[in-house]
Amino acid sequence: MSLLEVRNVVKRFGNNEVLRGINLTVEAHQVVCLIGPSGCGKSTLLRCINGLEEIQGGEIRLHGDRITGPGVDLNALRREVGIVFQSFNLFPHMTVLQNITLAPTQVLRMPEEQAREKALALLKRIGLEHKAQAYPDQLSGGQQQRVAIVRALAMEPMLLLLDEITSALDPELVSEVLNLLRELAREGMTMILATHEMGFAKEVASKVCFLYGGVVHEEGPPEQIFSNPQQERTQQFLSSIIEAGRL
Amino acid sequence: MAEPSNTKEARRRRPTPPKDGFAFALLALGWAVCLAVATWGVMVRVKAVMSANNFQALWTDGLLLLVALLPLALLLPASRSLQQSIQARRALAAENLIAARVHSAEAHTWAWFTLGYAGAWLLLLLLVLFFIANNVAVGRTFFQLELIASSFGLILQAFWVNVVIFLFAGVLSLLWGLVVAIAKLLPGRPAQPIRFLATFYTDAFLSLPSIIVIYLVGFGLPLTGIAFFRSLPLEALAVLALTLTYGAYMAEVYRAGLESIHPSQWAAARSLGLSYGQTLRFVIIPQAVRRIVPPLLNNFIGMQKDTALVNVVGVIDAFNQARIIASNNFNLSAVTTVAILFILITIPQTRLVDRLVERDRARFRQG
Ligand SMILES: Nc1ncnc2c1ncn2[C@@H]1O[C@H](COP(=O)(O)OP(=O)(O)OP(=O)(O)O)[C@@H](O)[C@H]1O
Ligand SMILES: [Mg+2]
Repeated sequence: MSLLEVRNVVKRFGNNEVLRGINLTVEAHQVVCLIGPSGCGKSTLLRCINGLEEIQGGEIRLHGDRITGPGVDLNALRREVGIVFQSFNLFPHMTVLQNITLAPTQVLRMPEEQAREKALALLKRIGLEHKAQAYPDQLSGGQQQRVAIVRALAMEPMLLLLDEITSALDPELVSEVLNLLRELAREGMTMILATHEMGFAKEVASKVCFLYGGVVHEEGPPEQIFSNPQQERTQQFLSSIIEAGRL
Repeated sequence: MAEPSNTKEARRRRPTPPKDGFAFALLALGWAVCLAVATWGVMVRVKAVMSANNFQALWTDGLLLLVALLPLALLLPASRSLQQSIQARRALAAENLIAARVHSAEAHTWAWFTLGYAGAWLLLLLLVLFFIANNVAVGRTFFQLELIASSFGLILQAFWVNVVIFLFAGVLSLLWGLVVAIAKLLPGRPAQPIRFLATFYTDAFLSLPSIIVIYLVGFGLPLTGIAFFRSLPLEALAVLALTLTYGAYMAEVYRAGLESIHPSQWAAARSLGLSYGQTLRFVIIPQAVRRIVPPLLNNFIGMQKDTALVNVVGVIDAFNQARIIASNNFNLSAVTTVAILFILITIPQTRLVDRLVERDRARFRQG
């Protein structure tokens, strides 16, 4: 059974049909990269998978369980699926440590002490244990994003969604975030990432999906998509990316 | 060779000379002199009024003389301005452009300084004239010291009623406003009727003058004959009326504050599995509070002032008490006492609001 199945998902904002029957299958330990022009619905798809947006058609299954439609416990779903956004992830009024322990203590009812130890271990892993008592605005953008990632990891999700988490960062801060993702990929974390970092996608992705016109226009292993795209739109998109010097 | 004078090139080669400040400095000096004369005149009038009322003491004469001489101090900045403008002219003649600019700027600064203080002083003089007009009728009407002293105890006692009303109504409207704000923000279709009611309530009470609400609640509810309302003291009804009115204001402040938190914070919190209530409690409200407290305090201050309206239903508050005293004595000095009491309790709160706003600005770098 696949870890995640997205079947014919339709999402409308008023009259604007953003997703028009998306199909996507993600196996455990896969890293799936969503690429596509701005506004094609990458963020929307990720938000639907996390239950942050209601869908108007189709269904999404996690481990075979339907996670869309009536009667779904969204809070329970979100324990299994973590998401990190482009920016404004961290809670500015809490220390780094509090940011990480909030959900485990409040949602999983983990004892305070245990949550703390776990958070510190995670921080140590990204080399930020000395920032445990710092506030988010005292961290660099790259540090903030890494904390946001380990905050999601603290819930031990089976699937991690990452929405252009490096696109608001200065170039020299991007690599520290990508390194963390690389490590997670090696450890077998299942991830879906919307990204404009084509080089990175090429390197870590098990599968690349090109979103266009509200559907997955083309998908395949990165070698195929990047070197030998079959669809004309995919070729156009990639050549514009190459022109911009990002591949 | 004739150069076009307004090209960039030409301007760059011939820098603009500073503005000449001489005329302005003269104006300032003229003003200072006029003011000194006017002050003298006013003080002579004050002295005359005092003698007419058989009020004479050495210290008042000394004080009057001192005040009369005070505006002479303005001659100092005025003459300095004049001096600087003359030096600016000299520097310009010597083609020392930089010195000329410095002196000219100084001349303008001192001239403005003179005018600013002169303006304020003039207002004070007018106030004094008003005060002593018609043989100190104004002064006596508002500031009869004997009456202020003799009625002070009664007024203070009645002011306590205002304090109690606004403390109760303040706390209640803070709580009630939060309830209404959350009702307005409840998500989903089932909550639609509740949202509608909450919106209707705030719309209605934001547009109703509080005096009308006080009147309707204070007179109307006991008239309904319902035992509970008849048993309530008038003060409690006043508290109820003010809570209803200011609850709507407070609700709007809460709502604006909660909505000012970036939507990503909601998404981030919900995506971690926190429920709607947990998100409000741990993420949204703590961040919103900083922004909410100053406007809430402002509403609170507004409500304090509105406690003076409860006299329309017959509550004996400070203003009502003062009006009784005023009509018994044909003199408004007791009302002045009330005014001063309101000012005294409000100013510290206003300063506190300023402080909080300032602190918030200093602390919160990240939105
Ligand atoms: N909350 C919303 N309300 C209305 N329309 C929305 C909303 N969110 C997204 N959209 C619309 O949905 C479309 C897809 O948006 P989305 O953010 O998913 O694109 P994206 O692929 O993530 O783009 P980008 O690469 O710029 O992040 C856009 O046309 C956008 O205007
Ligand atoms: Mg996006």
